[in-house]
Amino acid sequence: MSATPGQTVGPFFHYALPYDGDRDLVAPGAPGAVRLHGTVRDGAGAGIPDALVELWQADPQGRVVQQQGSLRRDGHTFTGFGRASTDRTGEYTFTTLVPGGVDAGLPFFALTVFARGLLDRLFTRAYLPLGDAAPDALLGSVAEDRRSTLLCERDEQGFRFDVRLMGEGETVFLRYPGH
Amino acid sequence: MTPAATIAVMDSQATISAEIAALSKEYDAGGIVETQPRVDYRPYRSSTLRHPTKDLQQADPEGVELWAPVFGARDVDPLESDLTIQSGGEPVGERMHVTGRVVDGDGRPVRRQLVEIWQANAGGRYVHQRDQHPAALDPHFTGMGRCLTDDNGTYSFTTIKPGPYPWRNHRNAWRPAHIHFSLFGTEFTQRRVTQMYFPGDPLFALDPIYQSVVDPAARERLVATYDHDVTQHEWSTGYRWDIVLTGSHRTPTEDA
Repeated sequence: MSATPGQTVGPFFHYALPYDGDRDLVAPGAPGAVRLHGTVRDGAGAGIPDALVELWQADPQGRVVQQQGSLRRDGHTFTGFGRASTDRTGEYTFTTLVPGGVDAGLPFFALTVFARGLLDRLFTRAYLPLGDAAPDALLGSVAEDRRSTLLCERDEQGFRFDVRLMGEGETVFLRYPGH
Repeated sequence: MTPAATIAVMDSQATISAEIAALSKEYDAGGIVETQPRVDYRPYRSSTLRHPTKDLQQADPEGVELWAPVFGARDVDPLESDLTIQSGGEPVGERMHVTGRVVDGDGRPVRRQLVEIWQANAGGRYVHQRDQHPAALDPHFTGMGRCLTDDNGTYSFTTIKPGPYPWRNHRNAWRPAHIHFSLFGTEFTQRRVTQMYFPGDPLFALDPIYQSVVDPAARERLVATYDHDVTQHEWSTGYRWDIVLTGSHRTPTEDA
């Protein structure tokens, strides 16, 4: 069966998709809480004020969480899912836990990016800094000069991951088999 | 900026329509079937600086990508699927029911999963600060809803038929009436945001967002059908729109 085509999220999603607590998978200041943040930029390098980033990740033990409650958080259950619309400067921020690697894979945040002007959603991975780890299959398949676009940078509160939709330093976006 | 100054820098519908026609002709001549929108689609001016120029990187889904977030009764109140009862009075417009099934690329129902919608009111106005065109806001309509699919993959909303509305892509640009849909599958890779349109809309040929899906048959998949069996006696009209997500990668046995 052929998939229903995607369409842009448009300019008016702000009263529908964001919700209270959307970007706080855990409360800021909770034990183990880190910040994952960055700027979504367009082809001219300008921050995109009407983008939306979704986060899906494993828990710190590398378990894939299958718990409801992402839309109405109870303050105790880590669901692994969050959503953050960008601010006027194009910046998004999540408060979350550091993901573990699933099934001995490298740990990463799975991200989906939406924006006005972007006709279909884009997928990417924000890997934790590699340290001594060897690149996995995906990182190994990416040209070396673009690999860094898939890696978070550590900063004081957690991790920084900028998304460049287009142009210099363009983020590597993913296509999955059968899509 | 005065309206005159705005108009001066805007392209005409004729210019946009000519670009749409040229891209369509080029697609027809190419002989390669496309099923998704082009992210690089010049007639939609906002896409100019907002699309990747490099090929997408082929990735085998792994880890969390093989799973989707779980939503359930704690996340969604059943009343959220009725957009006509959210603001203490009957909204203006044509009350309608829209329902359909969400299935994966193999035709399997996507069960108990989140569907979110948002839309303009009957006059084509969104409850959003950025929508300032002079059509009335409806105090009884906000235009956002949520539901969970049932065990058959069926979603269902009661709402008001949205109106078409003007936008600033070009001079005298109007969007065909549509409802925005946000969908999750059983895997992260199936995430989809799209728009549902209404049959026979005269604005289809003029709209660069709809036309960004250059394949006519694929475009048709965005259009609901009127279904008299969904229409209810002296109450509401009915539309049906089925949604197919992309294929899944997990083997079915793991779904148990």
